[in-house]
Amino acid sequence: MAKLIGEAVRRVEDRRFITGQGKYTDDIKLPGMVYAYIIRSPHAHARIKRINVSAAKAMPGVLDVITGEDVKEINGLPCGWQVNFRNGDTMKEPKHPLLVADKVRHVGDNVAMVIAETREIAKDAAEKVEIEYEVLDAVVNPKDAVRDDAPLVHEEAPRNLAFDWEIGDKAKTDEAFENADVVVSLDIRNHRLIPNAIEPRSAIGVYDAAGDKYTLYTSSQNPHLIRLLMCAFVLGIPEHKVRVISPDVGGGFGSKIFHYAEEALVTIAAKRVGRPVKWTAERSESFMTDCHGRDHVTHAELAVRKDGKVLGLRIQTYANLGAYLSTFSTAVPTYLYGTLWQGVYDTPAIYGEVYGVFTHTTPVDAYRGAGRPESTYLLERLMDTAARKLGMDPAEFRRKNFIPPFDGVQQPGYQTQVALQYDSGNYEAALNKALELIDYQGLRKQQEEARKKGRYIGIGFSTYIEACGIAPSAVVGALGARAGLYESSIVRVQPTGKVTVYTGSHAHGQGHETTFAQIVADTLGVALEDVEVVHGDTESVPFGMGTYGSRSLAVGGSALRKGLDKIIEKGTKIAAHLLEAAEEDLQFANGEWTVKGTDRKISFGEVALAAYVPHNYPEGLEPGLEFSTFYDPANFTFPFGAHIAVVEVDPDTGKVTLLRYVAVDDVGNVINPMIVDGQVHGGLAQGIAQALWEEAVYDEDGQLITGSFLEYAIPRADDLIAFEVDRTVTPCPHNPLGVKGAGETGTIASTPAIVNAVVDALSPLGITDLPMPLTPSRVWAAIQQAKA
Amino acid sequence: MEVPIKVTVNGVAYERTVEPRLLLVNFLRDVLDLTGTHVGCDTSSCGACTILLNGKAVKSCTLLAVQVNGAEITTIEGLAKNGELHPLQEGFWQEHGLQCGFCTPGMIMAAYQLLEENPNPSEAEIRHALEGNYCRCTGYHNIVKSIQYAAKKLNA
Repeated sequence: MAKLIGEAVRRVEDRRFITGQGKYTDDIKLPGMVYAYIIRSPHAHARIKRINVSAAKAMPGVLDVITGEDVKEINGLPCGWQVNFRNGDTMKEPKHPLLVADKVRHVGDNVAMVIAETREIAKDAAEKVEIEYEVLDAVVNPKDAVRDDAPLVHEEAPRNLAFDWEIGDKAKTDEAFENADVVVSLDIRNHRLIPNAIEPRSAIGVYDAAGDKYTLYTSSQNPHLIRLLMCAFVLGIPEHKVRVISPDVGGGFGSKIFHYAEEALVTIAAKRVGRPVKWTAERSESFMTDCHGRDHVTHAELAVRKDGKVLGLRIQTYANLGAYLSTFSTAVPTYLYGTLWQGVYDTPAIYGEVYGVFTHTTPVDAYRGAGRPESTYLLERLMDTAARKLGMDPAEFRRKNFIPPFDGVQQPGYQTQVALQYDSGNYEAALNKALELIDYQGLRKQQEEARKKGRYIGIGFSTYIEACGIAPSAVVGALGARAGLYESSIVRVQPTGKVTVYTGSHAHGQGHETTFAQIVADTLGVALEDVEVVHGDTESVPFGMGTYGSRSLAVGGSALRKGLDKIIEKGTKIAAHLLEAAEEDLQFANGEWTVKGTDRKISFGEVALAAYVPHNYPEGLEPGLEFSTFYDPANFTFPFGAHIAVVEVDPDTGKVTLLRYVAVDDVGNVINPMIVDGQVHGGLAQGIAQALWEEAVYDEDGQLITGSFLEYAIPRADDLIAFEVDRTVTPCPHNPLGVKGAGETGTIASTPAIVNAVVDALSPLGITDLPMPLTPSRVWAAIQQAKA
Repeated sequence: MEVPIKVTVNGVAYERTVEPRLLLVNFLRDVLDLTGTHVGCDTSSCGACTILLNGKAVKSCTLLAVQVNGAEITTIEGLAKNGELHPLQEGFWQEHGLQCGFCTPGMIMAAYQLLEENPNPSEAEIRHALEGNYCRCTGYHNIVKSIQYAAKKLNA
């Protein structure tokens, strides 16, 4: 049988998508279904003085109008990670209400929900709801928000601080800076991004009065987590009476991890009106209410010896959390950010502090990369800046500082200065491969020639590391996580030898139905079409943590692999009995058990049948062939790589044109290279977009002035080029598949590679830094200033 | 105040009465239950709702159902003939031109019009023709390859 692991198997899920048969939440139509529309705050900060819903309620076709008063007794949305103040004070965690009764805190804050027979009537009725606001001063920048005279987002959080946090050795780091020959520093605004999955969020609440049961359909990356948070923390309804289904989901990128108010609201509303209630965001709501990403204000310094050895790193970051603490908002700028400051470099002293700050803006939480892009950006910009200051080649400067190769088996993992222990890595090998692919020496010559002709071509590097498959549960629990971070599987072998597997992971573009089936088919020796992968329904799937942080294969795939091992172990007992041989004399390969050294064998299908028709069966062995497995990893996994961008800047317009992009990623073993390449491509697009185009902008009153695709520039096909992607393979030593995670590498690596390339292009003008995004007007202005 | 309309969608003739303000995309999705055509934005920007109206690729979120009275429409559901995938559908499958699949129907319909007008497009022409369609998953890399695959197949 042909091996499938490692092969570019065409995706089994695609037939439904290419024929228009995908089933996204908004495609679901239930008998008697009605529609909800949410009235949102037009102000960033205002007191609700009066709200009158009577005219709306009286309109024909309107079933209900729910306001903040109606849900006052209901808990707010919880935060999943507690990060306390350095002095031991508890994190400030103000209530995040489903609907606001007193004071709105960002544009788009939920004020009331109208439920009507049609979407159109609900919208008409919303216009009849009278709301009187008293507008208050707002603050949007995290560094402004900590000033003593700043307007407060929550009375209980003085200076708008939710927490402050530090990591590393301050004394040792200060000493490194005192001993440095050269210190470079950068003030970095890692600006705010809006995820913009193309499917807007959608939720349908269903209430079954006869059984007192609820069903929630939601466009979520993690249905079990939504059920747990909604039942246990918000609504206080019994978890076993609630079924959450995430059907096909049209992209997430982090924004569909979190528990949103609309999920709880449609659930309540379904019971109130006795009919299924659907809510689907309009794109303007996606802009205002999907959690945003990034938004750090950072001062970063690097201490370097004149021979090019990095001695120390010092960071101070103000992280904008928005108006409320979203599900993972507190972990992103701390444990997913500061713990990555080691990068791929052997820096002996690191220290940094982070202030988590409330502002009158949309909550900020994980967006593709989540903390790791912010960390990589500052490291890679500092590395380039230091190399330039020392007059060293940026590739050579990096090479001088790389952590030496270690496989995590013969050589131990690498203990960083910032808590984490890397599993395995060979950072120089990835860089060497990228340099070779791009013909670095030749490229520098071309750049030189082009400069003589007045053309501004630049080459930018990013040698990054990231952490995937966040774990183990005991460690993250000690760091404040309020959840475990394991994953589950059920492997159910049917009597005919066909296999159904259930995973607690969730696919919303990642192709689990294919990659997970490849693992099953190869391990059990069955055909790919004899495997069905089920996910996204709490009724059939065991408790799972869902998909984010590139964890699906490393954690969910490992849970699956462990379950398959149990199937083979039990199958061996049955096979031994049927073959009248000792278990240790059997070997299992290609879907059959053979008595070693003989031609006596029995197929997987025959063993499966015997397990369900146990007439001739080992004594004392349970019938059936099915196992459920929970897998809690020993450590994170640490993918890494080297990216090189080549750009040209038009000095007359400031426009940046991509010429080449080479990405060499090491994501450990690869199950399906086609899918991994696709993940890298998509990640690159988002990371390049942050560098060049995308930026969420609030004015000083807290109005989101990039609230549609007309103002917020996500990349189109003709903005991008064909990418050159390749890999090195350094297996993860601690999970059974040797895989690391591939969902975020592109986003994490590419933003600094692009900015480094543009700065390199403009270095003859003396330009050493530029604020993102590098729009033509900004680049043009910088060129004019440099020339003046 | 509903208005009667007649429209042929994927070769099937329909007569319905609709509210004058009903968008074509909602007519297709809610009235005819053809949910393969998606709504991704409210501003004609994303192209997820692209369909063929009398052979031309248009954004069905920017038309009213009453405007298409008498027209012929093809949606993603009507592209495969007798269970045989259109070369574009095949190309998207073969070249991994989709991930979450949400933009895919619109993307395929936009590409359909491109290949009708220009059977041998260059990479730059393909990228230009897709500028009305957003994809957030693929970085467009494999979408370009998918369309090249289809062009080759259609020209064979």
